[in-house]
Amino acid sequence: MAKLIKLDDKGVEFLDKIMELSGETITLCDQCGTCSGGCPFIAEMDVNPSQIMRQVMIGQKNIMESKTMWICASCFTCTVRCPRELDVSKVAEALRQVKLREAIDFIDIEKISEEEARILPSIAIVGAFRKFTG
Amino acid sequence: MKLPYFPGCTLKTTATNLEIPALEVAKRLGIEMIELDRWNCCGVVSYLVSDDLMKHLAPVRNFLRVQEMNAKGIVENENRLVTLCSMCYNTLSLSNKRMQKNPDDLQKINDFMHREETKYDGSVEVVHLLPIIRELGWEAVRKQVKKPLKNIKVASYYGCMLLRPKDVGIDDAEDPQILEELVSALGGETIDWDSGSRCCGSYHTVNNKDIVVNLSKGIIDDARKNGADVIITSCPLCAFNLDSRQKDIMEKYPEFESMPVVFFSQLMGAAFDIEKEKLGWEANYISPELLF
Amino acid sequence: MKTGVYLCQCGGNISNTIDLPKIAKHVKEKKGDILIQENSHMCSGAGQKLIIDDIKNHGLEKVVVAACSPHFHEKTFRAALQKAGLNPYVLEISNFREHCSWAHKNEPEIATEKAKDIIDASIAKVELDFPLEEKKMQMGDEVLVIGGGIAGIQTSLDLADAGKKVTLVEKEPTLGGKMAILTKTFPTEDCAACIISPKMAAVQDHPNITLYTNSEIESIAGHRLHFEAKIKKNPRFILDTIDMDQCLICTKCVQECPIEQPNYWEQGIMNRKAIYIPAPHAIPYKYLIDKENCLHFKDGSCSICADVCPQKVIDFEQKAEFIDVAVDNVVVATGYDIYDATEKTVFGYGKYKNVVSALEMERIVDHISEKEPPREVGKRVAFVQCVGSRDKQIGREYCSRVCCMFSVKLASLLKQAKPETDIYIFYTDLRAFGKGYEEYYKRSQEMGIKFVRGKPSHFTEDPDTKQVIVTVEDTLSRDIIQSEFDLVVLANGMGLSAASEPIADQLKLAKSDDGFFKEAHPKYRPVDTLVEGIFLAGTAQGPKDIPDTVTQASAAAGRVLATLAQKEFSLDPVLAFVHQDICDGCKQCLNECPKKAISINADGKAEINEALCLGCGSCLASCPIEAIDLNYFTNDQMYAQIEASLSNKKEGEKRILIFADENTVYRLADACGVRKMKYSTDSRIFRIPSGSRMTSNLIKFALSKGADAVMIGDSPEKSSRFAWANNVTKENIKQVQSALNDLQIEPERLIFKEYSAGELARFTNDVDAIAEFLGTIAPIPNETRDKLFTAVRGE
Repeated sequence: MAKLIKLDDKGVEFLDKIMELSGETITLCDQCGTCSGGCPFIAEMDVNPSQIMRQVMIGQKNIMESKTMWICASCFTCTVRCPRELDVSKVAEALRQVKLREAIDFIDIEKISEEEARILPSIAIVGAFRKFTG
Repeated sequence: MKLPYFPGCTLKTTATNLEIPALEVAKRLGIEMIELDRWNCCGVVSYLVSDDLMKHLAPVRNFLRVQEMNAKGIVENENRLVTLCSMCYNTLSLSNKRMQKNPDDLQKINDFMHREETKYDGSVEVVHLLPIIRELGWEAVRKQVKKPLKNIKVASYYGCMLLRPKDVGIDDAEDPQILEELVSALGGETIDWDSGSRCCGSYHTVNNKDIVVNLSKGIIDDARKNGADVIITSCPLCAFNLDSRQKDIMEKYPEFESMPVVFFSQLMGAAFDIEKEKLGWEANYISPELLF
Repeated sequence: MKTGVYLCQCGGNISNTIDLPKIAKHVKEKKGDILIQENSHMCSGAGQKLIIDDIKNHGLEKVVVAACSPHFHEKTFRAALQKAGLNPYVLEISNFREHCSWAHKNEPEIATEKAKDIIDASIAKVELDFPLEEKKMQMGDEVLVIGGGIAGIQTSLDLADAGKKVTLVEKEPTLGGKMAILTKTFPTEDCAACIISPKMAAVQDHPNITLYTNSEIESIAGHRLHFEAKIKKNPRFILDTIDMDQCLICTKCVQECPIEQPNYWEQGIMNRKAIYIPAPHAIPYKYLIDKENCLHFKDGSCSICADVCPQKVIDFEQKAEFIDVAVDNVVVATGYDIYDATEKTVFGYGKYKNVVSALEMERIVDHISEKEPPREVGKRVAFVQCVGSRDKQIGREYCSRVCCMFSVKLASLLKQAKPETDIYIFYTDLRAFGKGYEEYYKRSQEMGIKFVRGKPSHFTEDPDTKQVIVTVEDTLSRDIIQSEFDLVVLANGMGLSAASEPIADQLKLAKSDDGFFKEAHPKYRPVDTLVEGIFLAGTAQGPKDIPDTVTQASAAAGRVLATLAQKEFSLDPVLAFVHQDICDGCKQCLNECPKKAISINADGKAEINEALCLGCGSCLASCPIEAIDLNYFTNDQMYAQIEASLSNKKEGEKRILIFADENTVYRLADACGVRKMKYSTDSRIFRIPSGSRMTSNLIKFALSKGADAVMIGDSPEKSSRFAWANNVTKENIKQVQSALNDLQIEPERLIFKEYSAGELARFTNDVDAIAEFLGTIAPIPNETRDKLFTAVRGE
């Protein structure tokens, strides 16, 4: 069933906020799909990166519930390919920050087994906690 | 050549097999890497939003040490800070670029670090050891080779952090050649493949191992399909995901064939024929020893 | 003497920033009896009529128009003066728009203050303006067309049919350009060779066209409507005598030649020999030897072609010939190159054997129905759009316009020839803009060609099958397609041809942001360039399909005909002259003129030959007593406008006077205004013919009257129409700097800079840097300024 969307000021505020946080002019996105086609994590994502750009542009806050932004690991593949030189990884980071600043963490230290904690390199643990906690 | 050197946390713990042979091969090439007397974690991953200035404090603090080393005469007129770990290289570089491009941000960070005796002046250049070696010339490397790499096909794995974003990349973001050139200087053969800069899954290895298992398997399978015997990298996190996670890949895919993953410094060490104990083969999960 | 001052609002472009009533009040207060009018569009018919009526009704003798840059409408207003019976040179344009209201858009108050200085300078100058007569010169009917593609061919034929003498120069050994490579053309699918071949033959046979193929422009220079070119005709190594029957085209040489090389006209999908005729429809239909690859030239080991030639027409010793031509007009039709996709490594062009360029596909499709085609296409074929277009990562942000349609065409032709082929076109936006194009696109959809909206991120190659694996998001379904293709065709974008670059340099032609040649005006002068007498045809001006190219080529011919039809043209009266009453015959000026336009007359005084003088002003500096002068930029006029422009300066304010050569730097400042690029509001820009006109006295005078810095801007020597001028300027500057040193004034206050036409940001940065520098130093003391003044003007 088709979704009925209302365009409203809240949506515009959301777009403005993400544009400010990310520093990216999201309205420049041409929806060419280069970011999605090249994303190494695409198989793990529920919403394509290009769709994220689209939804933010239209002010659809519900994309905050997508797991895509948490899957993005800032590998910058899209960054070096976007024909408009938009940095989608910065947009993903901005979306994560919106969530993390509500004090919602995406990782639980208790769930890492002792065995794993022993072998994991420190950069893995520090990296994950820096990206997944507020 | 004396260069200030930032090792980073992992090189002192799980990736000693990157650092020890690197210091040795650098020495043989006439590069003395002098570890900063005090250093702190770079933060591993860079912050990408506009208002997270504080997160850049940690990287910048390390740059003060470079200025101090120059002031004390430990190094002479050397503003380059050399790194080995790809992630440290990337994170330090991105923070440094931000400081260099935004004097206001630099001012704020300097104000915050008011207890430091030095102010960061934006002069440091973060470099990786690989381009330093390239600048010396591959001929210099060739001269040090005692045991040319024979009958080994090497897959050069750059990962993300050495190449992207473009303004910190050590080589062309889509068509890098520096590792291929290195291997060839060591007398080895490289493969032509398409997965050399595909992400291995990075820090997802902590709480979403499956992602890493899938991505790493794809990379190793592609290396094998193109005829490689070994994969080289300069990133301790890639090394963990591609090497140690082969245990998990094998659990999920019993037919999977393992492949050794070594640091570029180990490969250089083997070709330079440095002392065996400095090569650190025992720290690799899939033993590369039989290859060399 | 009565002067009229006209303030143009430019529909708000000026009046929204500059307070025009305030300007009117200022002028009134300063000048008293002066006629001041404000109008929304002075360039309009009504605006012009206003001037004409005022001249007639109020007896105006001088006119100042404060409006856009003189480069836009000076001609318009001069014509208006002429209509009203005034000499066109008693007019001054105050550049309110480009140099003020647009450049300082966000600072209306300061802009208004600056505008006062600008208009005061204009009024001061106009008061000293005097009538100038334009000398008439005869025009010939010689035209040089550079480039023998469809554009150059069309222009040449149109001109030749109209009775003009055309010299056509083509660098390749055959006419035809890129169109000669194409298979069929969209949307009608008629064969490209069939359309262009008769035109190529017509060029060869036309009595009014002299054709040079395999030839290059060795050098070209000129000004106004007189150009001289040296053509280098490269050797074909085949005797080329008047007796055309000497070579019988018996093909014996080709059969015996042992060397095979990829044939450019087959885009490398087929080979040719080292001695060859480029294409079956080549014009001229003559052999040539590829010197790079022929064994005779490599190591002397082979001369079999000469041995077997029954007519003995092969001449390995043949040398390049040089031909000098003098022409009245030049048409630049140097065309495009396709984007070199090897640069975009993600697509593996040049590495993966099944990734081909659009032009390669033209040849593949052209041969596809043959029994044994040189190249098969396989079952599944992808076309990928926007390769080298609309991509900031590689610095090409423009749309190449034709690629959508040529992919549709190639796909349609392939589908008709091989209906079993499964064809996909991956696009971002499909642009079917021309007549019949939308219908053609629809027909291709009917045939079953699938259009998928998404731009592939990268290709990989299956190491075993060599199939190309394309990964792309179908942005409409949001599915990620990852699939094998037997062939991937890139829709390479267009860029200005590499062969155009030396011509651009030598003719000083400006380029637009997209790198193509820039037209004089995008709307109403689309085939003119900013250099009088040079016109553009075809894709050298921007991406175009064949109909647009031919249309523009005919338009260029039309513009040339309109120019030549004047039979005579007026010479710009901005020339040097000698005040006979001042000149003492010291002869110091004689060697200064590179055109040898100065001589000593019967009275023992210097005299200018107006036919030779170009009006650069370089000779002025050599005269110790200011006896040589320059029309329209006389010493008196320059002193007056400099003084007037500084007359409003208040305590603590700074002034940077910029003297900009009218051809490059003045226009550069205009372009900065057009883009609303900000630079220091302390700047005041003056138009001069060349930096060399700024004698040391003028510079010192400016500093004595309140200027805090003087910047002289000129085009680089290489691209200046006065190649000698910059050395004169540098010498003048050196003199003044040494005088400044003696007076303990910072010599850095005097700056000479060279700019190419596109260096906008460098210009604004430099101006800002001067302003910043002035902020760090103390002002020049008044007594020092007085000393400078005394040095120039005496007590």
